Amino acid sequence: MRQHKLALCKEHFLEWVPEQTERFIEKYKMFTRSEKILIAVSGGKDSLSLWDIIYSLGYQADGLYICLGIDEGLGYSSESQRLTEKFAAQRGLKLHIVDIQKEYGATVPQFSQKSHRGRVKPCSVCGLVKRHVMNRVTRDLGYEVLLTGHNLDDEAAVLFGNTLAWTGEYLLRQGPVLPGVPGFARKAKPLFRIYEREMLAYALLSGIEYIYDECPFAIGSTSIYYKQLLNRLENDRPGAKQSFYLSFLEARKSGLFADRNSLQAELHPCPNCGQPTSATGLCSFCRMISR
Amino acid sequence: MVKLILRDQEYDVRPGMTLLDALKKNNILPEGVLCTRNGELITEDEVVKEGDVIKLIAVISGG
Repeated sequence: MRQHKLALCKEHFLEWVPEQTERFIEKYKMFTRSEKILIAVSGGKDSLSLWDIIYSLGYQADGLYICLGIDEGLGYSSESQRLTEKFAAQRGLKLHIVDIQKEYGATVPQFSQKSHRGRVKPCSVCGLVKRHVMNRVTRDLGYEVLLTGHNLDDEAAVLFGNTLAWTGEYLLRQGPVLPGVPGFARKAKPLFRIYEREMLAYALLSGIEYIYDECPFAIGSTSIYYKQLLNRLENDRPGAKQSFYLSFLEARKSGLFADRNSLQAELHPCPNCGQPTSATGLCSFCRMISR
Repeated sequence: MVKLILRDQEYDVRPGMTLLDALKKNNILPEGVLCTRNGELITEDEVVKEGDVIKLIAVISGG
């Protein structure tokens, strides 16, 4: 791992990743062992590895799998669900499953067809659905914090995109912990400083069975393009991704950006689902499913 | 020869070079893959031997 000037054998690497994760959980005050934790799991290497790490560190954490109904001839959703269920069963972990089609009447691709958001690709609709359901389940079942498996590469790519577009509101919000506010559960990303390459190595060396195929709609996506660009930079300048992201967090903490409140939209509860929204009337999710 | 396999692409390289050099020769970014041989993870300083079949696993995932 050139970015850390560190080389580890298998045994010590599999100790190092959880140790680093625990260090970041404490450093960024993400959550404690007494809190009820929900982990959003997709069947991918990061979320399953996160659950494995959190479990091994002794935190009590249940999983949430959202079946998005993405098939595209590959059975993507059904295979990712199968792997997630197998992972949970092998470890005796509790897994909540929300099937979007059963619960809301259509799959994510079908919602995308009907809405303005996803005429070409359903990615925007997918994000909207996942955020809504993750928040709803976290709140309704009394979990105190929701964890996601976002790694450093994910965060750096999002930061890169937000910086290219100078989307101030997103730049102010992006970080390893989103504090809970009325209507929104606290969210944390314990793997946010771990490189995606390190997470892949962790999954492979731990023998975690995850869905190898990426989402069929992810091909050609902007986020993957940004990740590839950042990898080229990292290849020439080991540590660049980490430095980019951590320097951003430091700069924001030091007051580089404008006051958060001046950019934040006013929120009120959606009259249908009760989740906070800046839209007048129904929130985006409820508007979409009502069409 | 040594075979590198990344998804459905195959690349042939001569034995005796490091995996790092083999990747660079084929314009594969080392940062973007992990390498396995016979199911075991190997590092880029490994010297590839005649008959090796190296499976490359793409790091970047989407979804």
